[in-house]
Amino acid sequence: MRFDLAAQAPQLVMLAYGHIAFAVVIGGMLLLLDVVPTYFARRRERALVAIVAAGGTPPLSLRRKRGETGYAMFFLLPVLLLVLIGLVIPAIRTSLLSLMSRDSSEFVGLRNYRWMFTNDDILGVLTNTATWVVLVPLLATTVGLLYAVMVDRARFEAVAKSLIFLPMAISFVGASIIWRFVYAYRSDEQDQIGLLNQIAVALGATPRQWLQDPPLNNLLLIVVLVWIQAGFAMVVLSAAIKAIPGDIIEAAKLDGVNAWQMFTRVTLPTIRPALIVVVVAITIATMKVFDIVRTMTNGNFDTNVVALEMYNQAFRYQETGQGSALAVFLFILVIPVVIFQVRNLRRQREG
Amino acid sequence: MAVHPRRRQALALTSVLGLLLAATACSDDGGNGDTATGSDDCAAFEKYAGNEGKKVSIYASIRDTEAELLEESWSQFAECTEIEIEYEGSGEFEAQLPVRVDGGNPPDLAFIPQPGLLKRFADGKKLKPAPADAKAAAEANYPANWLGYSTVGGTFYGAPLASNVKSFVWYSPKTFQEKGWAVPKTWDELIKLSDTIAASGVKPWCAGVESGDATGWPATDWLEDLMLRTAGPDVYDQWVTHQIAFNDPRVKTALDQAGQILKNPKYVNGGYGDVKSIVSTSFQEGGLPVRDGKCAMHRQASFYANQWPEGTTVAEDGDVFAFYFPTVDPAKGEPLLAAGEFVTAFTDRPEVQAVQNYLATPDYHNARAKLGNWVSGSKGLDIANVKNPIDKLSVELLNSAGDRLRFDGSDLMPSSVGAGTLWRGMVQWLNGANSTTVLNSIEGSWPK
Repeated sequence: MRFDLAAQAPQLVMLAYGHIAFAVVIGGMLLLLDVVPTYFARRRERALVAIVAAGGTPPLSLRRKRGETGYAMFFLLPVLLLVLIGLVIPAIRTSLLSLMSRDSSEFVGLRNYRWMFTNDDILGVLTNTATWVVLVPLLATTVGLLYAVMVDRARFEAVAKSLIFLPMAISFVGASIIWRFVYAYRSDEQDQIGLLNQIAVALGATPRQWLQDPPLNNLLLIVVLVWIQAGFAMVVLSAAIKAIPGDIIEAAKLDGVNAWQMFTRVTLPTIRPALIVVVVAITIATMKVFDIVRTMTNGNFDTNVVALEMYNQAFRYQETGQGSALAVFLFILVIPVVIFQVRNLRRQREG
Repeated sequence: MAVHPRRRQALALTSVLGLLLAATACSDDGGNGDTATGSDDCAAFEKYAGNEGKKVSIYASIRDTEAELLEESWSQFAECTEIEIEYEGSGEFEAQLPVRVDGGNPPDLAFIPQPGLLKRFADGKKLKPAPADAKAAAEANYPANWLGYSTVGGTFYGAPLASNVKSFVWYSPKTFQEKGWAVPKTWDELIKLSDTIAASGVKPWCAGVESGDATGWPATDWLEDLMLRTAGPDVYDQWVTHQIAFNDPRVKTALDQAGQILKNPKYVNGGYGDVKSIVSTSFQEGGLPVRDGKCAMHRQASFYANQWPEGTTVAEDGDVFAFYFPTVDPAKGEPLLAAGEFVTAFTDRPEVQAVQNYLATPDYHNARAKLGNWVSGSKGLDIANVKNPIDKLSVELLNSAGDRLRFDGSDLMPSSVGAGTLWRGMVQWLNGANSTTVLNSIEGSWPK
C-alpha cells in the first residue's frame, strides 16, 4: 500500500499530540526534579547562614529533618496518588464487582466464587494455571542456572550468553507466533511447514497435531515461556556467580573440593538471594501468562489459564462479576509470593 | 555528574525546549484530506440540511478496503450536508464497544452485528430509539421478523445496514461440469453426491474453523443451518432464546446431522488432512482447495467471495460459485440463515439522527451497492446496482426468503455462550468430543 500523507494526517496529528504531551510531562518532571531540591537546599543554606551570622549555633538535626519532610512529600505524593488511582481503587472496585451480578446491578454474595470452584471448565483452568506456576519457575531457573554455570568463564561466553538471552527481547506474541510455526501441522500428503513435524517425518513417524492433544499441549506451551524466561534467569544468576568473592573460591579449592561440592557448598549458598529473586519474578510472570495461550491455542483443547479466562469473562462475555472473581483470585494467589519476597529483602538488609 | 547546579538547570530547560520544538515540527505536516469531487447534485440531501459543521462518530468492526468503500459511500452525503463523519473500524469491536459505553465514552453510532449485544445495551438504557424516518424506511423495506432482531421491549433501535447469506455451499462449476456432477437440491442428493465424489478419490468436503480468538465460529453456522433444517424455524427461535434446553434431543439431532459430514473421515478434510485438521485450518483458507480440485464443497457465507485468490472468477459458469445449502425436509420449506449489522445510536443529536435516517434509505443502499462487494436485504435495493453474481444471488435469496429468514443464532445468544462456550464447544466436538458431552457442557454454561 502506498503511503498517502493526506490520508495519514489524523494519525500524524495524534502522534504529534503524543509527542507534545510526552515532552511536557517528562520535561516538566525533569525541571521540577531539578528546581525543587535546589530550592530546599538554598533555603536551608540561607537559614543556616542567618543563624551563624546572628552568632548562634545551628540546630542542625532539627533543621534538616523539617526540610526533609517537605522534600520527601514532594517525591512521595505523586507516587502515592498514582498508586491510589491505578492500583488501590481498581483493586477495591474489582473486589466489590466480584460480589455483584453480571451487569453489576445486584449483590449476589459469593455466587461468582462458588461458580469458579464448581464449574468443570473453570476447574480445568485453575489446574492448568497451577501446572504452569509449578513447572515454569522450576524449569526456567534450572535451565538458566545450569547454563550460567556451564558457560561461566568459557571461551565463547559472550556469544553463548547472547544466544540464550535473545528470546527475552522478543515480545510474547512474537515468540508465540514463532513457536506456533514450530508446532504447525500439515497432513502427511503435504510438505511440512512445522519444525517438530518435519523432524517427526524425517524419523519416519506420521505428523501430529501437537497443540490439539491435551495434556501434552500444555507442556508444549510451557516450553515457550521457559524459552523466554531462561535467558532472564541466566543473566541474573551469571552476574551473581561472577560476584562470588575470589577468596572464598580459593579457600574452597585449597580445601580440595570437587566441582559438585563447589557448586552445592559454595556457589548455591552464595547466590541464594539472586536465586530467590529470579524464582519470584518468574512465578509472578507465570501467573499472569496470557499472550502465549491466547496466540497459540486461544485456550482451546484444555489449555485455558486464569488470566485469559478473566479477560474473556469480563470483556468478551460481559460477565463482569465472574471476571472480577477470577481477577481477585489471581490477586490473592500473588500475595503470598510478594510477602515472601518483601520479607526476604528485609532479612537481607538486616543480615 | 560534576555539572554546576546553574548550568544543569539550563541544560534541563534547553532539553525540554528541544523536545517541544521537535514535537511541534512534526505537527506541521498533514493538513486536511482533499475534498472529494465537485458536488453534482445536492438536492437529494436537502431534508438532512441544518447540521452544517457538526461531527458524527461511527464505530464498527469493518476495516481496510471495506471501510474505505463505506466512507466513499457516504462521501456525497457528508459533502452536501457538511456533516463530518468520523469513522473508526476496530478488530476488537465487540470487546471494546462495551468498555467505551460503560466508561461513558460511547460513539454516536455503532454498526452492531450481534442482536444479543444490542439487547444488552438496550436493557442497560444506553441506546436511543431509532428516529421516525429511519424506522419508517426500515419498515417499508424489510420483513418484520428481521426488524425484530433490533427491537427490544417493543422499541425499535436501528435499521439494518449490510446483510450476508450464510446458507451457501461453495463449489467449482468447472469441476462439476467436467465430472458430470449436478448441484444437489436435497440433503439426500447432497450425501449421495458426497459419496460419489469420495469414491472418485477426492475428499468431497473441506472446512476450517481457526479464526484467532474467534476460533470455532464457522462450525456454529453448520449447527444453526441444520437446526433450521431438521427442527424448523420455530424451534430454532426457541433454541436461541433458551426456551428449549441446549442439550434438547432436537439440538443433538441437528449436531449429529452436521457430524454426518464434518466428522466423516471419508468426507473431510479435502486438501488438509483428517477431521481434526478442521480445527487448525484457518477459516480464510478453509475453502481454497475447492479451486485446486482437492476438495469439492465448502459451506460458508456469501462473504467468502472475498477470500478467493486474485484471478478467480466467481460466477455461475466460473471457477467458483455457491449453491443454496439444501434443505433436509422439503415439506418444511427452504429456510435461510443470514446475518448483518444494525445502525444503532448512543446519542440523539439532530446530526446523528440525520446520518441514521440516511443510512436506512434505499438511496444509501443503492449508492453503496454501486461500489461493489455489498449485499443488503433492503427491498428498495435495485438488483441492477448489485455487481457480483454471488451478491446478486444473495440479494435474491434474502428478498424471497420471507418468514423463513433467520438471523445467525450465535449472535442472538448471550455472548458468554454465543461468543464463548458455543465456539469452544464446537472446537471440542471437532477435536473428538461427542455430541452429548459438548451440548451438556454448553447447557451448563448458559447464564442463569
